[in-house]
Amino acid sequence: MVARTLYQKLVDSHTVARIDDQHVLLYADFHIMNEYTSPQAFGGLAARGAAVHRPEQQMGVVDHVIPTHPDPVAKRTIRIEAAAAQAANFTRNCDRHGIHLFDVTDPAQGIEHVVAPEIGLIRPGMVVLCGDSHTTTYGALGALGFGIGTSEVEHVLATQTLVYRVCGNMRITINGKLPFGTTSKDVIMYVVAQIGAQGARGLAVEFDGSTIAGLSAEARMTICNMTVESGARAALIAPDATTFDYVKAYATDMPPEMFEQAVASWRELKSDAGARFDQHFTFDAADIGPYVTWGTSPDQAIAIDARIPAADALDADAIKALDYIGLKPDASLIGTPIDRVFIGSCTNARIEDLRLAADVIRGRKVAPTVRAMVIPGSGLVREQAEAEGLVHVFIDAGFEWRQPGCSMCLAMNDDFLEIGERCASTTNRNFEGRQGRGGLTHLMSPPMAAAAAIAGHIVDVRKESAHD
Amino acid sequence: MTDFSIIQSVGAPLPLNNLDTDQIMPKQFLLGIDKSGLAHGVLHDLRFDAFEVPRANFVLNQPAYSGANILVAGSNFGCGSSREHAVWGLMQIGIRAVIAASFGEIFYFNAANNRLLLVTLPEDAVSELMREISDPASSGLVIDVAREVVISASGKEYGFSLPARQKSMYLEGLDMVGATLKQLPQIEAFEQAHWASNPWMKVDLPTMRNFLPSWAGSLV
Ligand code: SF4
Repeated sequence: MVARTLYQKLVDSHTVARIDDQHVLLYADFHIMNEYTSPQAFGGLAARGAAVHRPEQQMGVVDHVIPTHPDPVAKRTIRIEAAAAQAANFTRNCDRHGIHLFDVTDPAQGIEHVVAPEIGLIRPGMVVLCGDSHTTTYGALGALGFGIGTSEVEHVLATQTLVYRVCGNMRITINGKLPFGTTSKDVIMYVVAQIGAQGARGLAVEFDGSTIAGLSAEARMTICNMTVESGARAALIAPDATTFDYVKAYATDMPPEMFEQAVASWRELKSDAGARFDQHFTFDAADIGPYVTWGTSPDQAIAIDARIPAADALDADAIKALDYIGLKPDASLIGTPIDRVFIGSCTNARIEDLRLAADVIRGRKVAPTVRAMVIPGSGLVREQAEAEGLVHVFIDAGFEWRQPGCSMCLAMNDDFLEIGERCASTTNRNFEGRQGRGGLTHLMSPPMAAAAAIAGHIVDVRKESAHD
Repeated sequence: MTDFSIIQSVGAPLPLNNLDTDQIMPKQFLLGIDKSGLAHGVLHDLRFDAFEVPRANFVLNQPAYSGANILVAGSNFGCGSSREHAVWGLMQIGIRAVIAASFGEIFYFNAANNRLLLVTLPEDAVSELMREISDPASSGLVIDVAREVVISASGKEYGFSLPARQKSMYLEGLDMVGATLKQLPQIEAFEQAHWASNPWMKVDLPTMRNFLPSWAGSLV
């Protein structure tokens, strides 16, 4: 047998039919939809009079347009008219086809990529699709997840399959112990900065090495989530004991015998020795520090103690980015005053992220010049944070404690940056205007964002003692 | 009927790398439930200033390029968000083809599904074309899809290659959903075998949902 990569195994096990030498008809075990990339797909389905092939293997969640005002869950409403109409249309579509929807007032509502794993829907070996680029998140559990467009959403609704071009393979090995003050967010920001915004374009990236092995399932989700910022089509981590424990804790509907049988087969989900990768990078965790973006592309990032590239090292894109963000070549980011702090998004709004942020701010106060908010990734994360008392840490420090949603990650709801506002953000994209027209975004880890909130400017979290 | 085999038009140069779909179609235009009304949103912040006044220096606002059906763009065009609205919007302002050194992955397939032609050329060929079309006098381009060449005003030909499937999808138009629906029996046979060997992959969300009260607050 030819040695295969984990990615190839996942594709092979879901190939309904081979279409040509590049394309297969790929089966999707699960399909997730949001309110803004699905309406035209339902419209297309209605126009052709087609049914949804497997409604029970679909889920809808209202996450992108939902406001995050701290109203009680049962009273949550969408105040922007067009957004409310979009959500109502989504409810109608899901109801009509018998698709389970996490609607506006559902206590388990949240960001799609936070909700799906925490309710046990994502299992190793699955193929999971969603009309959203950060669907790569599920690779953290050994599932092949990737984003699709709306025409493809229609295809999945009607047939539970996708016409899919099989991609090449990249391996990224990271070894060693993560230095003090760094998180898995810093790992992926470092990787994206090293290989570039196009570094993995069109490839399935498999992460391995002792650093990855030492990370929790949630920390791995942060990595696989943001791998898409290097252009990757998919991100994968071979499932191990950490994965099995996570799935066991959440997939509570699986009877124990089934779980044991599953684990036996999940152990096979790894790249064979000698499997061919088109590219291979190896990094040393010791080289990774807290990372922060200085530009308008996620790969325009440096370690907090490094300097923005000097003028002679800047290309036209970098010059344009620096001009937009209002910073100078060869400058340090430390001390850059910020107006807003946003802790949230499918990259960094899980319970472990909130714990990390809370550890930095416990007993301290947000700088008076800063408006800081925490948007938990889901209703369950929010409940958990309340049960652990994290909510008091945030509120006492002066953070706004809000309801879950995508919120200012893409600013489709009523949370956004004003022109010229600078934000320390735990999100994944610092594109021009992403968080609001004219808004200036610096991506970083939850502890770094928390430390910036306290200081009022960008700081090196390693130099900030929590209790000085 | 549109002739898909040849596109002949002014080419507009857009020399920005990593132009993401957030910039091609900003979020405030994503609240619709159909595909209409996206023309105003395309490249909105590049085309209009904060007061909605067209920026005179932006290429598509210049008389020589405002009717362009072809964009010649920087690399990794259409990276980022999966929003197909970016493709729909470009087509609504008359763009029929984009030429670049590379494209965002999801954007690439979204374009194929809507018959927006994406032509991939080497970086130096794109730069050369960009230089030539920057002069309105030599901004005319011809894309001969059947022959897979781009012809510049000076008569220089740049060959490209479209994967066979993309080419026939583009030239013939193809109802992919309709085609796959004919394979439903095969899909159902696959499902039976797949679930028999991997029963844990068959989730049933409405039933699972009944477990929810016991999940709440149990996050490890
Ligand atoms: S949190 Fe941000 S990146 Fe994640 S799904 Fe929502 S908008 Fe997309």
